[in-house]
Amino acid sequence: MTDIGFVRADMVDAKPAPNRTSGAIAWAQKNLFATPLDGVLTVLGVVFLLWIVPPLYNFFIGHAVGPSGTVEECRMENAGACWAYISSEMEFFIYGFYDIPQQWRPNIVFALGAALLIPLLIPKVPFKRTNAVLFLFAYPVVSYFLLAGGVFGLMPIPTEKWGGLLVTLIISVVGITLSFPLGIILALGRQSKMPVIKTLCIGFIELVRAVPLISVLFMASIMLPLFMPQGMTIDKFLRALVGVTLFTSAYMAEVVRGGLQAIPRGQYEAGASLGLSYWQRMYFIILPQALKHVIPGIVNSFIALFKDTSLVYIVGMKDLLEAVKTKNDTALEWQSANTATTGYLFAAMVFWVFCFSMSRYSIFMERRLNTGYKR
Amino acid sequence: MTTLDTGRAAAPRVSFFNDPVIRGIIYQVVVAGLLVGFIAWIVGNTAANLAAQNKTTGFDFLWKTAGFDISFSLLPWSRGSFYWEAFLVGITNTLLVAFIGIILATMLGFTLGIARLSSNFIISRLATVYIETIRNIPLLLQLFFWYFAVLKAMPAVRESLALPFDIFINQRGLMVPRPTPDQEFAWVMITFGIAVVVATALSVWAMRTRTLTGHYPRQVVLAGKAADAFVTFLIAFAALLVLFAVIFPISNAPVLAAILAVLLAALSVTRFAALTRGVLSFVIAFLVLDTALGSMFSWLPSLFVTVLGAAVALVIARVVYTGALERPPSEARFPLALMAVIVIGAPALVYWLSGATLAFEVPVLQRFNFVGGLQLPPEFVALAFGLTIYTASFIAETVRAGIQAVNKGQTEAAQSLGLKEGDRLRLVIVPQAMRVIIPPLTSQYLNLTKNSSLGAAIGYPELVNVFAGTALNQTGRAIECIALTMLVYLIFSLLTSLIMNWYNARVSLVER
Repeated sequence: MTDIGFVRADMVDAKPAPNRTSGAIAWAQKNLFATPLDGVLTVLGVVFLLWIVPPLYNFFIGHAVGPSGTVEECRMENAGACWAYISSEMEFFIYGFYDIPQQWRPNIVFALGAALLIPLLIPKVPFKRTNAVLFLFAYPVVSYFLLAGGVFGLMPIPTEKWGGLLVTLIISVVGITLSFPLGIILALGRQSKMPVIKTLCIGFIELVRAVPLISVLFMASIMLPLFMPQGMTIDKFLRALVGVTLFTSAYMAEVVRGGLQAIPRGQYEAGASLGLSYWQRMYFIILPQALKHVIPGIVNSFIALFKDTSLVYIVGMKDLLEAVKTKNDTALEWQSANTATTGYLFAAMVFWVFCFSMSRYSIFMERRLNTGYKR
Repeated sequence: MTTLDTGRAAAPRVSFFNDPVIRGIIYQVVVAGLLVGFIAWIVGNTAANLAAQNKTTGFDFLWKTAGFDISFSLLPWSRGSFYWEAFLVGITNTLLVAFIGIILATMLGFTLGIARLSSNFIISRLATVYIETIRNIPLLLQLFFWYFAVLKAMPAVRESLALPFDIFINQRGLMVPRPTPDQEFAWVMITFGIAVVVATALSVWAMRTRTLTGHYPRQVVLAGKAADAFVTFLIAFAALLVLFAVIFPISNAPVLAAILAVLLAALSVTRFAALTRGVLSFVIAFLVLDTALGSMFSWLPSLFVTVLGAAVALVIARVVYTGALERPPSEARFPLALMAVIVIGAPALVYWLSGATLAFEVPVLQRFNFVGGLQLPPEFVALAFGLTIYTASFIAETVRAGIQAVNKGQTEAAQSLGLKEGDRLRLVIVPQAMRVIIPPLTSQYLNLTKNSSLGAAIGYPELVNVFAGTALNQTGRAIECIALTMLVYLIFSLLTSLIMNWYNARVSLVER
């Protein structure tokens, strides 16, 4: 017999067998009232829900003014969200100051993008290679000329007039498509045995990752013009794109490096013994395995980039957030107690839908590609 | 000994340009050459551009008068201050908001991360909804929401919302009382420091003795029992006083409360200690629930609220009571109450004996604005709040991943040793989870610090706003200002990774 106080000396009595193991009551017993403490937490959770849900429901739906409502209804006492404001300013939120008769052009760009992207995302659709080439190379060129105009008799529309969701989507799509290959190259450079290239890549990655995006954007918007030869101006849009792309590629490089490090040495050596060149080895053997490992990380970087596009507001670009804020501050005809809140909630919902679907898609792909690790 | 003959011929001669070594050197020379050329081109362009704009370069501007206002500063600041002082103000403001954000986000994030893993359906779903909502919305948007839609929509100064403890919220921010300690209060602080040292030493000694002998030292156990009873008395007295004075007003409330508290404290040293805990937890839970429910559902009849509160409190009390029955005897428990009595009691005693005063300067509404107290500008409140809410969702995911990374076998092994839930978490799961949690947690802290630069968008005077914003615009020294700003963040980042490397080396698994 031990005399140590904190060691149990006698056996605990066995628990009786459970009465039910399936059905609603058993589920509630297991998930809501497993222990008395669980019961207390459940009660507190329900109380919290009862407290928070009715006001939220009233604000979003119950007392909200529908899309066809008027500003007078929004200004009434106890009125909820003012969806009428959103629906009346929707054009501005999507296109910014893009000329209204020309808005079919961004529409075509949106439609083309969806038509090319959706089949690319669905694994079963054939012609992936053609599809990818079209999306990555043909689509940007077509979109640029469609949006900017100046050719084929299209009215030129300067980038200052672009705005709203259009700009947010352009920056994020361009940023994603450019930062991904750039990140892979940086990651490979960091793994390289050549000291000069390795040092350069490490220096770039660590420097960019150490500073906030805002300061990179400041640098791109203030210092890039200084770096260029006299008389040469860079479009403000392009400066922001450069900043966002460089920033994300550094993060992407670290994600890809994680994947590269997870590949056993034997794979590199097997590739080399087959007589494959460095790039062949990377393209056919290493990267397909490495990238598969880090899909969640890659998509997380995409999501971060999509959210970070809102920061271009600080260097004077007109993205969705800027459009909403401008209207909140200046649309005097829609002034009411809940206008600003509704505007920001709308922007939040748009961002949320994009980010959440990206994260769900990454989970889907992760499961699909999880070959060879299934048990 | 024989010489080894590998039978391997010398590597075949390859042509000069196919030799991987020579190729590598050529590549590197080309890259280095391109880079040098590129930098030279940029430097040349920049010099030409600056000359064309008649701008000078150099860091001499740091010693010039800044001449602008900074709305919020911990350091003394006036229009006559120098640019290097603005730089320091920016750094301290960044560090201040980052520090507060980190503390609050850690608390909220750990709670949410554990809640998401809870076996309770409602609790885990609530945490999931919070995390999935918040982390998919840009931080800048959240900051705008808190700043422009919530804080700016607060009532004007004259109609300030008054919160308990003389705290006020209005359009101009959060007004809190400012502690104004007098000379003697220094002694209280010194005593507090000594008490912390004494308590630490005492607990180290007690733990060490227990490790060696299996028992806490007898003196510590005795003192611990006394401290337990004393703390029980204090808590019981306070809770009962509120109950009798506020909820069910009766005459002679203090006397009755004191008598009952003494009884409870006496009970707590007998073998009916669990009963004390049950009764106390009922009273406290009832007080909290009655107040909270009453204010959350003000439309419910108060009798209903009271009955509901009492019912839930009864369940809680039962939980605590059964838990307390299972508690090991006080001889086997760490004397937490004793440490609390030392750390809090000693300074309190000195405070009382020395006649020191700790007054609070309360913000008072004058004609146009609040005067006195500590006035936190809305920019600060929005930024700290937004950073906390946002980063907490990421910390929660980090915590969840860390706990899930601990092998299930560890939990089962701990269960088979007969460790209880709390001990299992404290001794087996958490130490192993921390090894996984801490590195990403640190990078979340770093992210929070970097994200505090978004304060620039809502006008909080942090480093980017003050230095890469105002100072840059006034001096036109773009390169210098941005370089200095980036340097600060670079130093933060390097320091963090140094500490992290040291930590990782310390906690990494020692394998064969």
